[in-house]
Amino acid sequence: MEKIPILRIEDLYKQFPVTRKFIDRIKRSPKQVVHAVDGVSFTVAQGEILALVGESGSGKTTVGMNVLGLQVPTKGRILFDGHDVSDWATGRLRSGKNGDGLGRLSRRKQILSLRRRAQMVFQDPYESLNPRQTIWEIVVEPLEIHNLGLRANEKEARVRAALEDCGLAPADHFWSRYPDELSGGQRQRVVVAGALVLEPELLVADEPVSMLDVSIRADILTLLQSLRKARDITIIYTTHDLATAGYFTDRMAVMYLGRVVELGPTVEVLKEPRHPYTQALVSVAPVPNPRKRRQRVILQGEVPNPIDIPSGCRFHPRCPIATDECKKTDPPYVEISAEHEAACLKI
Amino acid sequence: MTTLEVRGLSINYLTDDGVALNAVEGLTFSLEQGRSLGLVGESGCGKTTVMLSLMRLLPEAGRIVNGQVFFEGRDLLQISEGEMQAVRWKDVSMVFQGAMNALNPVRTVESQIIEAMQLHNVVNSKQDARKRAGGLLELVGITANRGKQYPHQFSGGMRQRAVIAMALACNPRILVADEPTTALDVMIQAQIIELLEELQRELNLSLVLVTHDLGVVAEMCDDVLVMYGGTVAEYASSDTIFNNPGHPYTQRLLKAFPDIAEPGSDLASIPGNPPRLDSLPPGCRFEPRCHVGNGEPICLEALPPLVEIEPGHYVACHLVKGK
Amino acid sequence: MESQNRIWTTFRKKPMALVGMGMLAVALIMALFAPLLAPYDPNERVDVVPSDILAPPGEGHLLGRDDAGKDVLSSLIYGARVSLIVGFVSSFFSMFIGTTVGLTAGYYGGRVSNALMRFTDFLMVIPDLPLMLVIISVWGRGLWKIILVISILYWTYTARLVRSQVLSIKERQFVLRARALGASNYRIIVRHILPQVMPLIIAQAVLDISSSIIAESTLSFLGLGDPTLISWGMMLNFAFERAISRKAWWFLLPPGIAIVWVSLAIILIGNALEEIVNPRLKTHHLFNPRNMISLMLAKPLLVESESPPEVTP
Repeated sequence: MEKIPILRIEDLYKQFPVTRKFIDRIKRSPKQVVHAVDGVSFTVAQGEILALVGESGSGKTTVGMNVLGLQVPTKGRILFDGHDVSDWATGRLRSGKNGDGLGRLSRRKQILSLRRRAQMVFQDPYESLNPRQTIWEIVVEPLEIHNLGLRANEKEARVRAALEDCGLAPADHFWSRYPDELSGGQRQRVVVAGALVLEPELLVADEPVSMLDVSIRADILTLLQSLRKARDITIIYTTHDLATAGYFTDRMAVMYLGRVVELGPTVEVLKEPRHPYTQALVSVAPVPNPRKRRQRVILQGEVPNPIDIPSGCRFHPRCPIATDECKKTDPPYVEISAEHEAACLKI
Repeated sequence: MTTLEVRGLSINYLTDDGVALNAVEGLTFSLEQGRSLGLVGESGCGKTTVMLSLMRLLPEAGRIVNGQVFFEGRDLLQISEGEMQAVRWKDVSMVFQGAMNALNPVRTVESQIIEAMQLHNVVNSKQDARKRAGGLLELVGITANRGKQYPHQFSGGMRQRAVIAMALACNPRILVADEPTTALDVMIQAQIIELLEELQRELNLSLVLVTHDLGVVAEMCDDVLVMYGGTVAEYASSDTIFNNPGHPYTQRLLKAFPDIAEPGSDLASIPGNPPRLDSLPPGCRFEPRCHVGNGEPICLEALPPLVEIEPGHYVACHLVKGK
Repeated sequence: MESQNRIWTTFRKKPMALVGMGMLAVALIMALFAPLLAPYDPNERVDVVPSDILAPPGEGHLLGRDDAGKDVLSSLIYGARVSLIVGFVSSFFSMFIGTTVGLTAGYYGGRVSNALMRFTDFLMVIPDLPLMLVIISVWGRGLWKIILVISILYWTYTARLVRSQVLSIKERQFVLRARALGASNYRIIVRHILPQVMPLIIAQAVLDISSSIIAESTLSFLGLGDPTLISWGMMLNFAFERAISRKAWWFLLPPGIAIVWVSLAIILIGNALEEIVNPRLKTHHLFNPRNMISLMLAKPLLVESESPPEVTP
């Protein structure tokens, strides 16, 4: 099967200004920026599940927000199905590829056409549902926003299918309820169902299980996996948890301080990590078996402040194998195997 | 020597309408000096309630209806509140979930550690207290002079270390840690796990680790107690729990937990939801989600007793027979 | 809707709120059924003999007569209409203006917010009463003019309240979710933000009713009320000018008490509502770690007399 890239990220940068204190303004100290994403490039094939793994402050969530056009990149571009997402999300596409005529649509219609094809699942199922809407209102709302010209019974069929596909069957049993009557796992299913009614092609799942109990996590992950099988959806799964990523993703991009340091097939990255940061992450992930306790490579200190990114290799201050050269040279990607690359001078 | 022994502990919560909800039923375990016990379960299984009851800090609606909690031979449930206050923090200390975000923002970290020591009269003078606080900070991996700083100047990991230092201020025999690594980044989590392991070795501490994370338990604990719906499902050594689990719940929980050493392996979640306190099943509390039983009458009718199926391996299941 | 049921159930349990409801109901009934309840029509011309002027309470005139020989009780009953209309309508208008300004400023932020909030601050710091006096004397007297003047001066607090709420609500994940679904700004504001702020707006609007009533009474008392309608403020005005010297307390007290009665009723209701709907910190967990730490740290007392905890075998 040949893989068609549906998403291409080219040299993405995203910076956020730091609000200066009054005293800093008086002192005219220079404006500072947070380098949330600092030069990220990768492609995602149609129907692929990609894990974006990193600690807080690695920029993984920012990448996801930019992919969906909910934030505008500072530099670089993101192409979704050949169109520039930041133009698309603001309704400023001018020409259409293959004469699909997107560029001729009105601004609002352009925005809606992107939203319909790319959706998001959020981290906190207790926060991402409006507490004053019923489950029905939550799941039918996307259909109303997009005004797909469905008749009442078609809408009901779609909502029912989305809820039942997400394991909330029978749907009638749930749709008159409010979110606070459901458990965390059920709420997260409602969030997924709300994204699915639009039948999107791309789903960005931002830490969808980190707030859930262990016994329910596998459920949601299995659900995402089955959606890929049933609907050929492309999924970007951001997480800090290597183990859940290892369970159901095809490829894995490990991020550190706004940059992808290693990218490759999930199993290969987890079994034979090449970048020292990935190696450390893999070694400290708790293994649910005391017989398999391993030598942990514990990095000292914490992820540096993304306002002042270290010179050379951004990982060098915490790297167990760094040399003087690493302080000076920003490492290029080294190809390890056909699909596996890592940014380290020591490979 | 057994430091902590809990026998048949049962706790009810009284609702506003005066109904008693059975939050914990027949909890039994013991903890040797210098060993570590993992108290594992999903949210709502009663693990936090158990932890609070050990300290007699249950919320007002909570009632201990049965059982004993022996600390070095003395039943903590029978002593007066004044005596209990002397036990808390000094003998049995605690790291609360989220405590790192609850440090007093307007006082230095050092002064908050010293407060604990002064209240329990373990130091004679201010200088003595300063010196000890500095020593404690060094012990948890923070340079002593940073004690003069305020909590907001500390990163998340450092605040968690400071909270641990605070808990150690009075040389406790037992440290109870409630989700000490939850909400921390992976690498910081590993740092805290390593720190707790070191402290346990160096200070010969007994550790009770309350968590939902099986991985952390497998890394750190000698013994594991799996709780479900307020009851003990299984209680055994860590090795037994993870490699030879007896209770159907433990078996399924392990299958639901992704193992980084086996990427791509199958995961199976447990269908259904944990029982709510106000609608507990009449028999075995796991019965509605159990994959072993097929609605056997005994499972539907009676709460299974905790049985020792082999030396040191306790399982509460009607369908598991001893060897 | 469910949450509204919840508000009502809690509301019913507050005795002061129920007292307020009762007091307000009396005033509402007076206003609605004035022609039935009032013994005389105050607009009717009456022929008076000098002894009728400021006649004390007696047969046929429970509260006596005023300086024009008219029945005070009837005027009082008809006066409820003006007070309540001004109170409810102005508070509705100021709620509308305040909510719109607050939502716009809070949601869009930036320059829009700055401009709107500076204007709000400007109105807030200007003393209301002199400004109202100036506007009315330039503009002329009339019921609707009074309502408008009160409305455009009394929305500022609502605007500030709504804006501060919106600032925190718009950061919540369900708002981001709506945006990711493609919802327009209008939809996000109306469907997702407004319902969260609505209970607070209502509570504030109820409290505004009483300030509007007092403002109207003040204007009428100062002689700037609608000359064609009887209102409690105007009664006070006449009483103050003409009755005090004659010690006609029956003309002075009833409108004063009526104003206090209605304002108090509304404040009781409003306070109860505000207490119910005002957002407080809600924690997910069983306990708050800060309290727990202080409990743990409680100084050992070593008092032996204390009883052990309740243990029933």
